[in-house]
Amino acid sequence: MRAFWAVVKRDIKLATRIGGDAMTVLLFYVMVGAIMPFAIGPDKVLLAKLGPAIIWISALLSLLLALDRLFRTDHEDGSLIAMSQAPLPLEMIVTAKILAHWLTNALPLIAATPLLAILLNLDAGQTLLVIFTLLIGTPALVCFGAIGAAVTVTIKRGGLIAPILILPLSIPTLIFGVSALSTGAIETAASSALLFLAGFTLLALVFTPFATALALKMGAE
Amino acid sequence: MSKNASIDPTPQDLGFFSRIAHPGHFLLWSKHWLMPLTIISVALLLFGTYLAFFNSPADYQQGDTVRIMYVHVPNAWLSQFCYAVMVMASVGSLVWRHPLADVSAKAAAPLGATFTAVALATGALWGAPTWGTFWEWDGRMTSTLVMLFIYLGIIALWRTFEDQARAGRIIAVITLVGAINIPIIKFSVEWWNTLHQPASVFRPDGPTMPMSILLPLFVMFFGFSFLFLLLHFISMRAEILRRRVRALERRNAQRLREQHA
Amino acid sequence: MVEKTFIKVRELAVSRGGFVIFEGISFDAMPGEVILLRGPNGAGKSTCLAALYGALAPTHGLIDIHLSDENRSTRELIHVIGHVPGVKTTLTVRENLQFWADLYGSAANVENAIDAAGLHPIADSDASILSAGQTRRLALARLLVAERPIWILDEPTSALDKQGDAWVGNLIARHSQKGGIIIAATHLDIPNVPAEKIKTVLINGAPA
Repeated sequence: MRAFWAVVKRDIKLATRIGGDAMTVLLFYVMVGAIMPFAIGPDKVLLAKLGPAIIWISALLSLLLALDRLFRTDHEDGSLIAMSQAPLPLEMIVTAKILAHWLTNALPLIAATPLLAILLNLDAGQTLLVIFTLLIGTPALVCFGAIGAAVTVTIKRGGLIAPILILPLSIPTLIFGVSALSTGAIETAASSALLFLAGFTLLALVFTPFATALALKMGAE
Repeated sequence: MSKNASIDPTPQDLGFFSRIAHPGHFLLWSKHWLMPLTIISVALLLFGTYLAFFNSPADYQQGDTVRIMYVHVPNAWLSQFCYAVMVMASVGSLVWRHPLADVSAKAAAPLGATFTAVALATGALWGAPTWGTFWEWDGRMTSTLVMLFIYLGIIALWRTFEDQARAGRIIAVITLVGAINIPIIKFSVEWWNTLHQPASVFRPDGPTMPMSILLPLFVMFFGFSFLFLLLHFISMRAEILRRRVRALERRNAQRLREQHA
Repeated sequence: MVEKTFIKVRELAVSRGGFVIFEGISFDAMPGEVILLRGPNGAGKSTCLAALYGALAPTHGLIDIHLSDENRSTRELIHVIGHVPGVKTTLTVRENLQFWADLYGSAANVENAIDAAGLHPIADSDASILSAGQTRRLALARLLVAERPIWILDEPTSALDKQGDAWVGNLIARHSQKGGIIIAATHLDIPNVPAEKIKTVLINGAPA
């Protein structure tokens, strides 16, 4: 476990020091959410209705933006080869990196959600619920991001191709995440959406380390 | 404990499957399949088209537009089948590291994308008179659209790798991840669809279709399936030859380098 | 601990896309021996090393890494330093090495490794201030915290000056004296290692 936490600690340090850009992702998230009203119009009722969807889309885009760094620098500076020689299986190293990535990219964005909620006219209950669904759903987004990042790590300009691969895979998370916030006639579906969301995240957590480690090993050849 | 990399098996040791799957052997035996496959698929498609136009009833509600089904349904089926072929090939790439499996997966992707696009286009053409719109966020249409995105993503990924030999196994990983996800995506889309609008879609594959509809459907179904097989063989052969040309070019470059050295 | 560890390589070949990168590599590496891979650029030295540490599957041949300790896997016996240093410039020198020590689960003393690399005065500075030569030393110091009996080194002296070359030579000589095995792709001669302990393997690329 010492090795596992060493990876988590290192990645958090790297992301939060000068040169890491956890901050940029956070700013992007808030800005994407905040420019939506300029396109939609300042209609408060409409914004409140679309708010959860806007927040989820902003989170999805921000996490897509962040994923490329997950393995790229480690691949390019040789750290990844050195890490793959550790007694700790590559699957565990990948899990540690995903955990650190979620903590430094997804968590700050979730923490900033109340700010967006105010701008989008969500009430307190809705805000808490959005935060809750983001907490449950974003690990799946980070997991798919990790697979996409691992698959494209050997491509020199792989920045744009990974989101193309990941977006279709993210659809279930988006559907269940936003549906869990539905109100009105379809409110009854919300609780089952929440369960599906959690189930999908669990599934992603189970198979992502294997798929990601496999892709990295194949890429190292 | 010792770690061994085994010495290559000699050709005599290879089993039947390994022999037919050797790229060189594949080029030889697949050549004899091209003409028969062409004849079978063209004949079936012509016969199916004839049956579809002249020997099947018009729908009592939809009239002649229902005949789009004879193109739409086989293509929709092939859009799934192509992915299944890619999944099997991907397992071959990852487990046996077989170059022919890479080639098969690569050749199937554009075919899958094409069949999916045709299924979507015919679906939209069918939708225009029946639903009154080209596009409806219907569960099936939506998941077919997502399927097209997945195919296009994989094709785009193939195109970004300079080293196609290395690309095969990496893309195999994402293909398998896609295979785990596609049923979930389908489920989520269907669920989302029923959540937002009650299901009222015309279902072409109801169990109560008369023989006059089923027969042309089956003929077209087999016609398109053989067409897929034919096109798959052709593009696999083209890919193998392309790789050989590339290998020859590299060998020439190396020779040139040695001459200069 | 490492006396019975040895490596046997026979007729090793790697090809990719029908293109032979190298072939016909055979050698034995016994404890205390230094294997020097030599050949022109692009002859496949790096690929050969990658095949040796298992990052890619050879198309032909045999690699037998005989382990003295049944409880340790090959990845716990081999350490590889490639072209790229694997140094994080925004971490300090000490943080870099401490991370590797934690990851490899070795009891090695990080301070000793810093001293050996001659980086003690700047141990708490960011690695970004290091020169190319110092970065290379920091990368090689990873060998000391990893404490693996088999070293695989790809151009260990790149970016180093004469003094640095001598330092690498000493590092290799000390490891050889302790009974370690070193396989290195390098143009450097290792003067401090007795000649009978050194084997040279030539890679000239594929015969036309």
